[in-house]
Amino acid sequence: MTEAIEVVVNGEPRAVRAGGGGGATLLALLRELDLDPRTVVVEHNRRIVRRPALGEVTIAAGDAIELVHFVGGG
Amino acid sequence: MTTAIETMRDTPLTIGGRSFHSRLMVGTGKYPDSDTMLRAIETSGAEVVTVAVRRVNLDRSKETSILHVLDPKRFFLLANTAGCYTAADAIRYARLAREAGFNEFVKLEVIGDEETLMPDVQGLLEAAKVLVAEGFQVLAYTNEDLVTALRLEDAGCAAVMPLASPIGSGLGLLNPLSVRTIKRRLRVPVIVDAGVGTASDACLTMEQGVDGILMNTAIAAAQDPVAMAQAMRLATIAGRAAFLAGRMPRREVAMPSSPTKGMLD
Repeated sequence: MTEAIEVVVNGEPRAVRAGGGGGATLLALLRELDLDPRTVVVEHNRRIVRRPALGEVTIAAGDAIELVHFVGGG
Repeated sequence: MTTAIETMRDTPLTIGGRSFHSRLMVGTGKYPDSDTMLRAIETSGAEVVTVAVRRVNLDRSKETSILHVLDPKRFFLLANTAGCYTAADAIRYARLAREAGFNEFVKLEVIGDEETLMPDVQGLLEAAKVLVAEGFQVLAYTNEDLVTALRLEDAGCAAVMPLASPIGSGLGLLNPLSVRTIKRRLRVPVIVDAGVGTASDACLTMEQGVDGILMNTAIAAAQDPVAMAQAMRLATIAGRAAFLAGRMPRREVAMPSSPTKGMLD
């Protein structure tokens, strides 16, 4: 049985697959969302998570995650 | 495309230890499509291009990251904190931008009023101090107030960016004297940011002796953005060249250009 964790991603509630035993990591979340970790910056509960650490930080229920990138602007 | 004027002797524009040959910087917002944007930016000759930090659209049907259009090896990406109304927000956006991994530069905006998009200079100074202490090269978008500009310089900003007129207004350089005064009094580069509408605005701005100019809407919202990018490129070069040449004094009476002697009886 695959458990789901309820988190808030970019302001929207979202159920994330918990993964095998140890909970889902931020890197797994990016993969699930089909996002390239090289072009996305991740903020986890208001803390920026550097790219090398994305695979080590696990997600817990209720976490607030922001996924941002560069868009056109002045 | 090259023009002879570019062979004129001019020093590179150096900001925060980085040197640039083009004194025109351009934004990447509001283009009708990314192909037009890329062609316009290439035509402008700009090396520094600004980008914004926004949430990834998770329900996307197509990739929205600007990096899929702009090669960060070809262009120097200058992230902005556009849309931030508090120092805390601007600091947060700047940190996120730096984490993208391209450089330590940020075009710092702290907006104080929705209608005019005028800067909140108190929040701007507060954010600038924090970001400078964190090692950022801060290019501060501000109004054309000398005292604020001096304080931003004292705070350690790498460049100060007074506006020509409100963002996206296309009204041109409304206060040449203030911009000239800021340029005269500051040691760090002065880049006029926002408000130019057409080539003459860019030329007039550069004629004030400022170090550079940043624009977005004037190119992106032109009927033909690529053609306007070329006009802006030439106008920036022309204005800079005229400044370096040193204009003739103004006088309020005529003086003949042709000899007054040798006229027939």
